[in-house]
Amino acid sequence: MQVRIANVRKEFDRFPALHDVSLDIHSGELIALLGPSGSGKTTLLRLIAGLETPTDGKVFFGDIDASEKTVQERNIGFVFQHYALFRHMTILENVSFGLSVRPRATRPPAGEIRRRAMELLDLVQLSGLEKRYPNQLSGGQRQRVALARALAIEPGVLLLDEPFGALDAQVRRELRKWLREMHDRTGHTTVFVTHDQEEALELADRLCVMSQGKIEQVGSPDTVYDSPISPFVFGFIGESSELPVTVENGELWSGGRAIGVPAPDSKTGEARLFFRPHDVELVEHDASLAGVVTSSRRVGGTRRVELEIGGEGHKVEVDLPFDHPAGEKTRLSFRPKRWRLF
Amino acid sequence: MATKIRHLHRHHTSPVSESRTVQVIAIFLCLLFMALFLILPLWSVFIEAFAKGVGAYFSALVNKDAQSAIRLTLLVAAVAVPLNVVFGVCASWAIAKFEFKGKAFLITLIDLPFSVSPVISGMVYVLLFGAGSFLGPWLKSYGIEVLFALPGIILATIFVTFPFVARELIPLMQDQGTGDEEAALSLGANGWQTFWRVTVPNIRWGLLYGVLLCNARAMGEFGAVAVVSGKIRGKTTTIPLQVEILYNEYNGAAAFALASLLAMLALLTLVLKSFLEWRFGDELAATGRH
Repeated sequence: MQVRIANVRKEFDRFPALHDVSLDIHSGELIALLGPSGSGKTTLLRLIAGLETPTDGKVFFGDIDASEKTVQERNIGFVFQHYALFRHMTILENVSFGLSVRPRATRPPAGEIRRRAMELLDLVQLSGLEKRYPNQLSGGQRQRVALARALAIEPGVLLLDEPFGALDAQVRRELRKWLREMHDRTGHTTVFVTHDQEEALELADRLCVMSQGKIEQVGSPDTVYDSPISPFVFGFIGESSELPVTVENGELWSGGRAIGVPAPDSKTGEARLFFRPHDVELVEHDASLAGVVTSSRRVGGTRRVELEIGGEGHKVEVDLPFDHPAGEKTRLSFRPKRWRLF
Repeated sequence: MATKIRHLHRHHTSPVSESRTVQVIAIFLCLLFMALFLILPLWSVFIEAFAKGVGAYFSALVNKDAQSAIRLTLLVAAVAVPLNVVFGVCASWAIAKFEFKGKAFLITLIDLPFSVSPVISGMVYVLLFGAGSFLGPWLKSYGIEVLFALPGIILATIFVTFPFVARELIPLMQDQGTGDEEAALSLGANGWQTFWRVTVPNIRWGLLYGVLLCNARAMGEFGAVAVVSGKIRGKTTTIPLQVEILYNEYNGAAAFALASLLAMLALLTLVLKSFLEWRFGDELAATGRH
């Protein structure tokens, strides 16, 4: 189902959590709401679910205005960060809950409920655990039960609030892959909240990057990563280095020297240069950015070198292959290969 | 390795624990104190109750006034405890699940009966429903007697026992938060289903614990009930009041026979309470989220 958020504003006790947010969620897509804590991403998700009501604005499910509908009427599947499984019910009872609370007219017969719950447990690869209680399962298993429970009501939209936030790194990665496969198989319109950019980049069809109650950028992972439209997005998605520069004669200058990077389309004047640590090339003799190595550490297969540029203490990071000879030097000269000015 | 560990254990106690002698003295003092002040009195209740033999004990219990006191006590508890359960669940629900102004004040109010002397609680009802008050004569004109009658006793008991359930449930419900309820709602359950199928099972052991304490107090309450009941023998005396009357009449054996019922209730409460704490300790301590 397509979801449209139209000019939604939300205040808590006069404190604005969302300012005038609009977002179109396409039918069948997997979209990530990504942002630091306090950016309003969870609030937005809860507004879609109907667990919060907007101060202003509307939420549409398809062509229907869902703003006036209750949580129950919206037919959403919600997965909570801390699972929120019913601890006094078995796994099977948890998964069956949504169907068994339906009014008699629409409630499937008991056998049918059981069959569907077992089918879902099979889908989340937990067959055989239906008689257990939530506290007898691991975190990753619990979250899969929570997902099966949400899917049992055949929701129009699946909403996940930091679904992997409480799990350790290994389980997280597995579940991430698994969720992607699940989505490809079931095709539910899915919105998930995360503060983990790696998770969002890997999992989502589209990202919605949020900051301070506003949407910064919406786009595919590649678009957002390669063409961030604001310093915030550049800094938040992926690694980034920042340096104040001047644009003069269609070139970038730093510390009174041209650094060998042409910028013909940029406006003359002061600007902030952003680049990714791995998008650099080392330069031996030509005009370049030169800096004193202040620290150097190995991160997996690369060496991350922190450089101090000029005398004002501006620090940037660049990546080298971990066995690159330049890693031993005390001074490095480089040029960013891909960069943006703001 | 194993012998090494055992060796270490023998010579190094934990840095925070005292020497063996101090431990023994502390434990002994504790036990002595409890024996003197708790066990001995309890024991003497039963000794005194059976002082004139088993026959006298049972005849004291089947005495007409004693029977009436037992019935009244059970009736009062049967009304006061359920009402306080309803109130306690409502109050803790409101406090734990909603944000509203004056929440702290409400919590303080719930604690009021704990901080007020029961005698004063009784006096309040005398002032409210007594002959000189506004409400008393008005109700009397409709034939409703509050003071020196069953309604007054029930009111005073409710007042005194009213924090027990709420006090037990508030921290439990606050700790559990609203996540489970939100999950139930998102799965299509209505408010009623959510309450009975999710909220109540989540708090059931805490609730039972609160009910137990509430009941023990409701049956054992003396001060407040003494003031409002008027102690009309065979009519408005509960077990504790009847015990006092008998005792003042130098009818020690009968007084203690009746008192032994309350003592047994206390012991039973204690056993059930310990069982609940042992079996569902983590839920009662409101620590385990799942």
